Amino acid sequence: MSWHRKHLLDIESLSAGEIVTVLDTARAFKAVGERAIKKVPALRGKTVVNLFIEPSTRTRISFELAAQRLTADIVNFSADASSFKKGETLKDTARNLEALNADFIIIRHSASGAPHFLSRVVNAHIINAGDGAHEHPTQALLDTFTIREKKGRIEGLNVTILGDILYSRVARSNIWALTKLGANVTLCGPSTLVPKTFEQMGCRVTHKMEEAIENADIINLLRIQHERQRQTMFPSIGEYTTLFGLTKARLARTKPDALIMHPGPINRGVEIDSDIADSGRSLILEQVTNGLAVRMAVLFLVNGGQGPQGVAAG
Amino acid sequence: MPETLVVLPAPAIQRALNRIAHEIAERNETSTEVVLVGIPVGGDVLALRLSAILSEIWRQPVPVGILDVTLYRDDLGGRIAPAVRPTVMPFDVTGKTVVLVDDVLFSGRTTRAAMDAINDFGRPKKIQLAVLVDRGHRELPIKADFVGKNIPTALSEKIRVRLEVPGRADEVVLEK
Repeated sequence: MSWHRKHLLDIESLSAGEIVTVLDTARAFKAVGERAIKKVPALRGKTVVNLFIEPSTRTRISFELAAQRLTADIVNFSADASSFKKGETLKDTARNLEALNADFIIIRHSASGAPHFLSRVVNAHIINAGDGAHEHPTQALLDTFTIREKKGRIEGLNVTILGDILYSRVARSNIWALTKLGANVTLCGPSTLVPKTFEQMGCRVTHKMEEAIENADIINLLRIQHERQRQTMFPSIGEYTTLFGLTKARLARTKPDALIMHPGPINRGVEIDSDIADSGRSLILEQVTNGLAVRMAVLFLVNGGQGPQGVAAG
Repeated sequence: MPETLVVLPAPAIQRALNRIAHEIAERNETSTEVVLVGIPVGGDVLALRLSAILSEIWRQPVPVGILDVTLYRDDLGGRIAPAVRPTVMPFDVTGKTVVLVDDVLFSGRTTRAAMDAINDFGRPKKIQLAVLVDRGHRELPIKADFVGKNIPTALSEKIRVRLEVPGRADEVVLEK
C-alpha cells in the first residue's frame, strides 16, 4: 500500500490501507526522534507554512518541530499578527504564501472545509491541522498510532470517547479512523453534547458513564470546548465532573488494562482526576511524542503525492 | 515475460559470502572494531549471514545494524514516497569500522545516502562497502571493497536478488 495523495484534508476520505500506511511510516520516524541527531534530510529545501487562523500551541509546535526534523524551513503565521485583521481573505493570504514558494501549508481554521477550499485555490500541499468542528486528521492518526503501539492492534478493541463530541473535530476524525480500522467505538457524555445522530457514523451512543467505560480497552477523554459552544450545554462544570469525570472510583471499575488518552490540554479535576492523568494508565504524554512522528510521516508522504485527491498518480 | 538468467544460484551465493567474510577478516585485523550495517531490502539479510560466518572466523559475535537510507535519498522529490523501514543501530559507530552491506551496487546513490546516514549516528573510523553483485553503471565515484560477483549489465536489464523467499532457493537473476 503506498500513498498517492497530495494533501491530508480529512480522515473520512482515506481508506483503511492509507491510514495503515501513515501509521507504519510514523513508526520509522519515531525511531528518528530517539537518535542523538534527530534530523533527516528528506524535505531539505522545502518551505512549510504554519497558517494558524485559530490559536493553538501544541499542534503548531508539533508541526513546527516535525518540519524542522525533516530539514524543511518553516514560517509561522498566526491570525492575531496577520493581515486577517486588516481584512485580507483566506484565499489571498494563501496565494501570497504561495508566491513566496511555500511547498506546504498547514492550516488551522475555525471554518469547516477551509483546508479543502485552499487545496482548490493553491498548488501547495495542504495539511488540515483542525477545521472548525469538522476534522483534525493528524490527531486521529496519532491516537490510532498510540493505541496500536500499546495494544498491538485496533481491530476488535472497544474504544470509548467521552465528553464534548458535538463540537469536537478530534472525536469526528477519531470515529472515522477507528471504525475504518475495525474498532468498536462508544460515545458518551451529556445528551446535549452527544446526540443519538452519531449512531449513523457506526458508533454506540450512551449517556451513562458506567456503561461506557466498563468494557473499554481505551478511554479517550475530550476537553469541554467552551469556545465552540453557542450556549451552555450542561448546567455546571461541577455537575459534568460528577456525572462524567474520570475519577479513581470509576477507573477501578474498568478493565485492569484499560488505558486513558486525552488530546490535551487537560482540565485537571474536571474531565480527569489529577492523579489518573499522571498515572501509568495514562498515555497523554506518549500521544505528544507520537504526534511528532505522525506529523513527520504525513509531511513526508504528501510530499510524494502528485495526483488530485483520491486519484492514484502512478 | 522477460528473459531471465540465473547468474548466482544458492551455492554460489554461499561461496561468495564465505569469500567476502574471509576478505573482511583479512583486511580488518582488529576484529572488535568491526560492525556490519545492512541496507534493506536485501543487505540486511546478507549482513546477518556475513555476521554468522565472521563470528565463526573470529570466534566472537560480530554486531549487525540495519540502516534504512530512504530519508537520505537524493531522488525523493517528484515521486511517490517510498516505504520507510525501521533503522536499528544497536551500537555506537564512533571509532568503529563500519562495513556497509548491500545486495546490488548500481548507481552508487544508495551508498552515498548510507554514508550520510551513518554520519548522523557518529563518526566511524572507517567505512567499507561489501556487495553481493556489482552491476556497473556508477553515477558517483564509489567503489566496493568486497564484491561477490561482477556482472556486467545493460541499463535496461534488471538484477533481482531473491533471499529467503518462502518455498524457493536463494538466487540472483538477470532479467533482460
